[in-house]
Amino acid sequence: MEDTLRIADKSIKNRLFIGTGKFPDKSLVRNVLEESQAEVVTVALRRVDADSIDENILGHIPESCIIMINTSGARDADEAIRIARLGKAMECGNWIKIEVISDNKYLLPDNTEALKATEALVKEGFTVLPYMSPDLSMAKRFVEAGAAAVMPLGSPIGSNRGLKTEELVRIMVNEIDIPVIVDAGIGWPSEAAACMELGCGAVLVNTAIATADDPVAAARAFSLAVIAGRTAYLNSGMAVNEDAKPSSPLTGFLRDDK
Amino acid sequence: MSFIDLIKKYESTGLHERLDSVTEKDIEYLLPKDILTPMQFLSLLSPAASDCLEDMAKKAHRITLKNFGKAIQLYTPIYISDYCDNNCIYCGFNVNIKRPRKKLTMDELGREARYIADTGLKHILVLTGSSRSKSPLSYIKECVKVLKRYFSSISIEVYPLTEEEYKELIDEGVDGLTIYQETYNRAIYDNVHIKGFKRDYLFRLDAAERALRKRVRVVNIGALLGLNKWREDGFYVGLHAKYLQDKFPEAEISISVPRIRPQTKEYSPQYEVSDRDITQLILAFRLFLPRIGITLSTRESQELRDNLLPLGITKISADSTTAVGGHTSGNKEEFEQFLISDKRSVPEIRRLLLSRGYQPVLKDWIN
Repeated sequence: MEDTLRIADKSIKNRLFIGTGKFPDKSLVRNVLEESQAEVVTVALRRVDADSIDENILGHIPESCIIMINTSGARDADEAIRIARLGKAMECGNWIKIEVISDNKYLLPDNTEALKATEALVKEGFTVLPYMSPDLSMAKRFVEAGAAAVMPLGSPIGSNRGLKTEELVRIMVNEIDIPVIVDAGIGWPSEAAACMELGCGAVLVNTAIATADDPVAAARAFSLAVIAGRTAYLNSGMAVNEDAKPSSPLTGFLRDDK
Repeated sequence: MSFIDLIKKYESTGLHERLDSVTEKDIEYLLPKDILTPMQFLSLLSPAASDCLEDMAKKAHRITLKNFGKAIQLYTPIYISDYCDNNCIYCGFNVNIKRPRKKLTMDELGREARYIADTGLKHILVLTGSSRSKSPLSYIKECVKVLKRYFSSISIEVYPLTEEEYKELIDEGVDGLTIYQETYNRAIYDNVHIKGFKRDYLFRLDAAERALRKRVRVVNIGALLGLNKWREDGFYVGLHAKYLQDKFPEAEISISVPRIRPQTKEYSPQYEVSDRDITQLILAFRLFLPRIGITLSTRESQELRDNLLPLGITKISADSTTAVGGHTSGNKEEFEQFLISDKRSVPEIRRLLLSRGYQPVLKDWIN
């Protein structure tokens, strides 16, 4: 059976999600998406300029992609809800990444406000994916509120520091039933692969691709890494056993005692 | 607590002696650090640090790329009135300068707004001279109502208001405030602001906080470089930005680095600020405050602006005029508040940014 990520009514083959901010030229976004064959892209509604053909980022996204509007700039739940509704009115679809940042210094998410926004927007029929600081009890609350997936950060946005939150993300992957998508902080393809090996549903990458010298090549590398990590996860038997196999097993003394 | 308490704290620490005591070795030690103390920030403003600009620039470029990517936001100012009740000796709107004054009617404002909006810009900065009688809050509010039809983000740069007045403008659709202290040095401040309510140093100093308490989204501060020794004012600007960032972490705080341009025949800057100095200042801001926005206006030359882009700049103005109605009236230079150096149009700036590997961002908010 084909391995797909199921979110709402969509089956997604490509588990690399791509963010569209920070690129040196909007027109590069199309090349990046085509090269990586990404199926889900995030777009900050604050930057969508529906009045302009040249300036409108949506014009650079292939029609086959699922657009997930993000609420970048929202400082609390009410602002996130307002942005989500505006996005819907602008016909940007009903997938919404809740991003509530009440701390502009480190750009860390506000889980409590994100939860409030999630509760409200799920009721309004949105497919909601909250960006969050990894925390199991909070993730469970997001599940209860009806989130379609949770998006814990690997490290602060734009930091390219990798999966510093590995232990917390691993616990979330083990304990909750909706996809866990690592969002933010992934700087290298190997780190994206590591997220997938852990069992994450997908990885979202923006800065590392957008600010690379060759964003198209970077997108290809990330796409391959995500496939590699996912394949490893599905075939855990290939993993090298961490314990050496001693020629005299530690419980060998029990052999005669059957 | 007000920022004045911090100024008082540092005033007594002998800033200039400290600046002179910094060595290049101190800077080498500081550069690898991710988080800098205010005193370490001061060191980056020292004469010794001016010999380390290349290393500072490399790091500033890296930090900016990570935090802001390859994108630069564009905006333009719109002057709605040049009536002014103040006598500020460096300013072209000075009440003592006898010349015709102008205040846009709503029709004229609409024409000016349409002209700017046609360039594709969505961020506007509304400026007035400081006259509460000629351009009262009600007039500014009326203007905001008109501008809302054309722009997705409206910032104001007007005389300081009370907390309730800021609230009224924010409710009307204003999301950004620009307010420069001009100089943080009290004695110089008193000397250059001879007459008018602008003499109230503290009311101006606390203005940003009053607006932030009413949840304005963006605040942009700065000192008018040339009124005072730039190292001293630069230090207080950075400290002020950090103070606001710490106290209002949800807000976007940014800094401008306006250098005095020829504005009146009677005044020339008391302290020289060279291109090297302004570069050092921008780099020090970026290293001390990695997430701060840094704005560079058309006061600076085309060449300098282009070269400063990768060093930490996040916002630039384009197609600027500092005359009331200057976009559509044609009387650009005669009545300007100060002279513009970089006169490039929006399409020219867009092309330049793209050729330098930067995405011009014309829209970055949704009012």
